[in-house]
Amino acid sequence: MFKLVKRLTSLVAMFAVLFAFSTETMAAKKSKTLENTKKRGFVRCGVSQGLPGFSNADESGNWTGIDVDVCRAVAAATLGDATKVKFTPLSAKERFTALTSGEIDILSRNTTWTLSRDADIGLTFVGVNFYDGQGFMVRKGSGIKSTSEFKNGTSVCTNLGTTTELNMRDFFDSRGISYEPVVFEKADEVVAAYDAGRCDTYTTDKSGLAAQRTKLSAPDDHVVLPETISKEPLGPVVRQGDSVWEDIVRWSLNTMIEAEEYGVNSSNADMMKTSNNPAIKRLVGAEGELGAAFGLDNDWNLRIIKQVGNYGESYKRNIADTGILPDRGPNELWTKGGILYVPPAR
Amino acid sequence: MNNIIKKFLPQILAILFVVLIFGFLTINAQTNMDNRGIDFGFGFLSQESSFDVQFSLIEYSGSDSYARAFLVGLLNTLLVSFISIIFCTILGVIIGVARLSSNYLIKNSAAWYVEFFRNIPLLLQIFFWYYAALRALPLPEKANAWFGVTYMTVKGYYIPAMVWENLNVFLYCGLAAIISIIILRNYANNLRDNKGKQIPVLLYSLAILIILPLLSFLIGGVSLEFELPQLKKLSKISYIYEGGISLPPELIALVLALSLYTSTFVAECVRAGIEGVSKGQKEAAASVGLTPNQVLKLVIMPQALRIIIPPTTNQYLNLTKNSSLAAAIAYPDLVLVFAGTALMQTGKAIEIVSITMLTYLTISLTIAAIMNWYNKKIEIKEK
Repeated sequence: MFKLVKRLTSLVAMFAVLFAFSTETMAAKKSKTLENTKKRGFVRCGVSQGLPGFSNADESGNWTGIDVDVCRAVAAATLGDATKVKFTPLSAKERFTALTSGEIDILSRNTTWTLSRDADIGLTFVGVNFYDGQGFMVRKGSGIKSTSEFKNGTSVCTNLGTTTELNMRDFFDSRGISYEPVVFEKADEVVAAYDAGRCDTYTTDKSGLAAQRTKLSAPDDHVVLPETISKEPLGPVVRQGDSVWEDIVRWSLNTMIEAEEYGVNSSNADMMKTSNNPAIKRLVGAEGELGAAFGLDNDWNLRIIKQVGNYGESYKRNIADTGILPDRGPNELWTKGGILYVPPAR
Repeated sequence: MNNIIKKFLPQILAILFVVLIFGFLTINAQTNMDNRGIDFGFGFLSQESSFDVQFSLIEYSGSDSYARAFLVGLLNTLLVSFISIIFCTILGVIIGVARLSSNYLIKNSAAWYVEFFRNIPLLLQIFFWYYAALRALPLPEKANAWFGVTYMTVKGYYIPAMVWENLNVFLYCGLAAIISIIILRNYANNLRDNKGKQIPVLLYSLAILIILPLLSFLIGGVSLEFELPQLKKLSKISYIYEGGISLPPELIALVLALSLYTSTFVAECVRAGIEGVSKGQKEAAASVGLTPNQVLKLVIMPQALRIIIPPTTNQYLNLTKNSSLAAAIAYPDLVLVFAGTALMQTGKAIEIVSITMLTYLTISLTIAAIMNWYNKKIEIKEK
């Protein structure tokens, strides 16, 4: 009798352990978004309607930019092919609705991470791929050298549905300057209006100003003022509620940054498999089982580095070499005086 | 019994179907929002909006609530619709009548006008007026004065502002003038119906309309001064006009595009209305000795209006809804301010889009109600 009870308890305990284990691995690996992405065969990624350096399509419809590269990295990690991404150009106004309604799975569209966006509207920010700040562009001929020279009645062109609108109000209000906000839905419309003289100044993130300046009829006649009036950490966003997918996107981005930190790039990634440094070996999938935590194979990070490159390569290709912002400023690694710092991949 | 079932069953089923669909949609939205951690509620309306709007008919700043931002957008939508409806009606009637002219040149230019403006998509016309036409305007410092005191520039149309003293006395006089005109008209109608005497009502009405407000200036203590726009330097190369009223170029472009586009449809309605009155009516009226003016006013128009009003109502409704294209050129209407900026800042997509839809529905139903009332007033009263 005693034996039977003991046997029964052990059986129950065994089942309990088994059951607990199986639910745990289920929870760790089960991501509806990942499943659907694999079934579909491509990653659905929301990008801007054309911001050189971040997400921009050429004449033949090829998307390039550092925001685009985040989605490509996720595609390389999950599907094994960085080209398997469907890009959806979105206006600032449409972007969050497109993500929460499930039209896209990653929003990588120079989007500022703020408390209310993160906590309030069903979104989760996974990291920062560009540290930016809002600035002003004016005509060189105006002689304006600093934002302190703005006068009452200044008309300001900007984009609809951005943190820019709020910062601009904080900025002018705190200085007691009355201004005329002229707010357009598309970036190209802002550029056209500013170019035509409708506005005295054009305000948006400084990277955006640098990029849009190239679209003006005479880029050299315009200058971005030195002041930065806000913090704009830009990064990819996912829907709330799928923490595995969130982790995949977060660590795809982190892999690119960490790869740069350890000097692993698209051309030397394969050779790094035999490195002496365990951290590097983990980064190229030669050691550890990092992919299993997301339900991915072990080469997921190697594929990102080989197909997309590390963060430095992406920055150079998209932003530095195109002449938008040759100086990396805060977007340099923490080891080189910047603030790019990601948790260790282990 | 059987009959009752036959009569009501389909209706009950239809209602059930509608209720089920709405129920499903609501529950579906609710679960999806719950899953994504989105709250539903209208509490945000009382929160501080913290964004500014370019152009507003009421006092507004970023420290006001979202509800007030909604009001700002709504008033801007109503403003642009109201101005455009008036312009498109005036233009539409002129073009419509011109199409029936016996003058070859007038008739054909009117036809060309209609075919040209109604066959180009409205959004393109808006872009044309905003980006091509208005952008060709001079910068403020290079603008020439129109009528001596107004300036048309790329930054807007600057006109003198009116500074009133005792404005309310003036308004009361205006109101009194309108009431006296209505009384006069009733009296004149009675006189005509009962004694067959006619008095020049129009002339008297105009006299009242001018004399009464004029009196308010002379003895009512009303005074009016004009504040002229003054050029002000913002930086070495940029200028602006200060003082006076500035009409933003966005408003001007939108009014131009909406009125020109819709006037073509109104013109066709007017032409249809006038052609719909049979020729015999005109000839009969002329044969009893009515002057051509009287024929038009007393015989043709009352009948034509019955045909004109319903389709014109549609055009007014279309115009109001089309005004939401304003967002494309930065005119701060309801869609840009509320369904644009406010939606973005709060993330309350479902709430804001439903409020916006309900608002447009209310505006449209109100316009329809007014036009239906007018239609009822002029329709044939059969005895």
